[in-house]
Amino acid sequence: MTMARAASSRRSFLGHSYNLVGVVASLVILAWTLVAIFAPYIIPHPIGDIVDDDYFGPMRQGLWLGSDYLGRDMLSRVLMGARYTVGISLAAVSIACFSGVVLGMIAAVTGGWLDSCLSRFLDAMNSIPSKLFGLVVVAAVGSSIPVLILTLAVIYVPGAYRFARALAVNINTMDFMTVARVRGESTVYLIGSEILPNIIRPVLADFGLRFVFIVLLLSGLSFLGLGLQPPLADWGALVRENIGGLPFAAPAVIVPSLAIASLTISVNLLIDNLPQKIRDRDA
Amino acid sequence: MTNLVEVRKLTIEATTDSGRLVEIIKGVSLDIAEGEIIALIGESGSGKTTVALSLMGHARPGCRITGGELNVNGKNMAALSEKERARLRGTDIAYVPQSAAAAFNPSSTIMEQVIEVTRIHRLMPPEQARKRAVELFRALSLPDPEGIGARYPHQVSGGQLQRLAAAMALIGDPKLVIFDEPTTALDVTTQIDVLKAFKSVMKAGGIAGVYVSHDLAVVAQIADRIVVLKGGEVQETGTTAELLSAAKHPYTRELLAAFEPKPRQARADAEAATKELLRIDNVTAGYGPARDNGLPLIRAVDSVSLVVEKRRNLGVIGESGCGKSTLARVIAGIHPAAAGDIVFDGKQLERAARKRSQDQLREMQIVFQYADTALNPAKPVEDIISRPLAFYHRLDRQQRSKRVDELLDMVRLPRALRYRHPAELSGGQKQRVNFARALAASPKLIICDEITSALDTVVASAVIELLKELQRELGLSYIFISHDLSVVEAICDEIMVMYKGQRVEQITPDKVKTPSHPYSKLLFSSVPKLDPTWLDGLVRDPELVSQYGHR
Repeated sequence: MTMARAASSRRSFLGHSYNLVGVVASLVILAWTLVAIFAPYIIPHPIGDIVDDDYFGPMRQGLWLGSDYLGRDMLSRVLMGARYTVGISLAAVSIACFSGVVLGMIAAVTGGWLDSCLSRFLDAMNSIPSKLFGLVVVAAVGSSIPVLILTLAVIYVPGAYRFARALAVNINTMDFMTVARVRGESTVYLIGSEILPNIIRPVLADFGLRFVFIVLLLSGLSFLGLGLQPPLADWGALVRENIGGLPFAAPAVIVPSLAIASLTISVNLLIDNLPQKIRDRDA
Repeated sequence: MTNLVEVRKLTIEATTDSGRLVEIIKGVSLDIAEGEIIALIGESGSGKTTVALSLMGHARPGCRITGGELNVNGKNMAALSEKERARLRGTDIAYVPQSAAAAFNPSSTIMEQVIEVTRIHRLMPPEQARKRAVELFRALSLPDPEGIGARYPHQVSGGQLQRLAAAMALIGDPKLVIFDEPTTALDVTTQIDVLKAFKSVMKAGGIAGVYVSHDLAVVAQIADRIVVLKGGEVQETGTTAELLSAAKHPYTRELLAAFEPKPRQARADAEAATKELLRIDNVTAGYGPARDNGLPLIRAVDSVSLVVEKRRNLGVIGESGCGKSTLARVIAGIHPAAAGDIVFDGKQLERAARKRSQDQLREMQIVFQYADTALNPAKPVEDIISRPLAFYHRLDRQQRSKRVDELLDMVRLPRALRYRHPAELSGGQKQRVNFARALAASPKLIICDEITSALDTVVASAVIELLKELQRELGLSYIFISHDLSVVEAICDEIMVMYKGQRVEQITPDKVKTPSHPYSKLLFSSVPKLDPTWLDGLVRDPELVSQYGHR
């Protein structure tokens, strides 16, 4: 009975079944992505301009999300903030997952001393608290977008490595890996053609999860004042600079928080509700 | 005489991923009298296990009993609540699973688990239950019946564990015991002991049984009646003797025919003039750290020599753990030998596959037992077969596509299958794809490691026929590794018997009736025959059994 019910709440499309939560989540993500790409063309005011006589102004015509602590247009700042939050996080997570997954697969396929060295080194990296690492790097070389991207990427490589290695080790023991090895295949072929297709789904799920972590860490760093420098601001920085509006229930502090929440929760929900391929022999 | 079990028009449905309902059992009816053992036989997917499990009122996840009556001991199992069913399970009906090793909890002693049923159903005090368990151990002819209960599951052998699982089932004095392929995973020499034990206990207690198996010869020894299932329907029912001598249904005949050894016509091809293809000399390989003399601590293959001639086949036979699979891996270079020489086609081969040339790798292919793990589940059949074509022969896309068609024809698979993924193929089809990939390399020698063991009898015999045909057409040689004598007999020119990593004897198929080495004698005499009286009439030299058997 439970099976029948679970099956009916999913719909199918192009040989995949999906459910409503996943669709809504992906629409939210798509919307934020479009905002990130087209932000410069759709913002009503330049982000640095003071357009309101009051600070922490309420929502009203012309200033749809109110104004911030200097009287700047909040809507424009949130839209542009999407650009930095999504862009920096996406770049960082791509670097982290790509290098982590490739290293993980190589370690699993090669084994031996390379595996041991890589694993020990990255375990050591993993033991450094992420915020502290960020603090030290930013304190040492200053804050700029490339530094932020690289720092965030380095922090999340060990996790991606561990995850991919654990998956790849299981695949590595399969007979088709032995067959490919005895055929004389190179490591590049082994990891790219034999292992990757089998672990790509969990790796993508991990990619999404790590994206969420990075958004939160970036927001955290920005909140501490170590992220983007004014007048640029990502969502975390927006929350920090407008924290003074909290007693007045100013939209300036609530809106960026909601933006962070909507993006991270949507990514999480999408991961949990990815479309599933229907395996049905006769259909 | 009333029947203990009466099943009428049973239907069971399963739900597929897309929410479609599939009827997997289509109106099965059967009766079991008190104390009668019936066998459910059929290929995988025929619904034999599903029917057997339904007698406990159980349907596997995703399945549902949708119609019919299931009267066991006067109660309709399909209509009872889960709680009421649970009360009957273990006391009225018991179950012996296929893999006892997976069914035992490794972290508590055997005795605790065997008497658990009496504790759950509050049948008797623990002291009495233990006494009863020891009696059962004795009846099942387990060694050291007093002490074996104190051991943990990993401390006894597979055959013993299977008998202990039976003891667990029998302790609640059930009226019906369901055996789900209990001896399929065992060696033939062990299987005999287990079968004998089961048979005597069931007869002594007058317990009715359902024996699920795909092995007709095993079933012939233990069952009173046989029910042949295919595609969720009963094809034929009859007493064991009737069915074996005068099968009516074509599928039953096919099953029987698959059992008949089809002797290989002794090829008098003088043109091949016995040219040596592969020779290995005193090869030793194993596991664990190397010792001072350079040999590994545990020697799985111990100074084995063999010769394979062109266009001829060598069979390697032995029980599990005798080193036959390691030997295959040593020859293929997957597990480099610690000592000894491998000469292939006149040239000395490196021990490790990594150091061999591409041509050497191409000319010797290995096909593994489990096509499930030997085929990459993420790739379509087309990609799997065309990879060796691109890798060894550097064919372009069009040539590859053409060749894939030819190879699929060769292994008798429809060409449309090339777009499917391995999960969408049946066991026999997967094994054919597995084989087609080896053929794609255009090898001279194919090492077949138990390639028919995971297949049903009918499918396995079709695969063997295919192998023979391909050999005639392509002039291949096979090294055929198996624990199944009838398979090896059907295809090999020479048979090598291995025991504990050593070669004990090499004989030709026509001489398997008269082996000279004592272990070969025991092994060959343990293969069940399609004769219901075979097990009872079997007399084995007790000295041989104590020397080589695992009791």
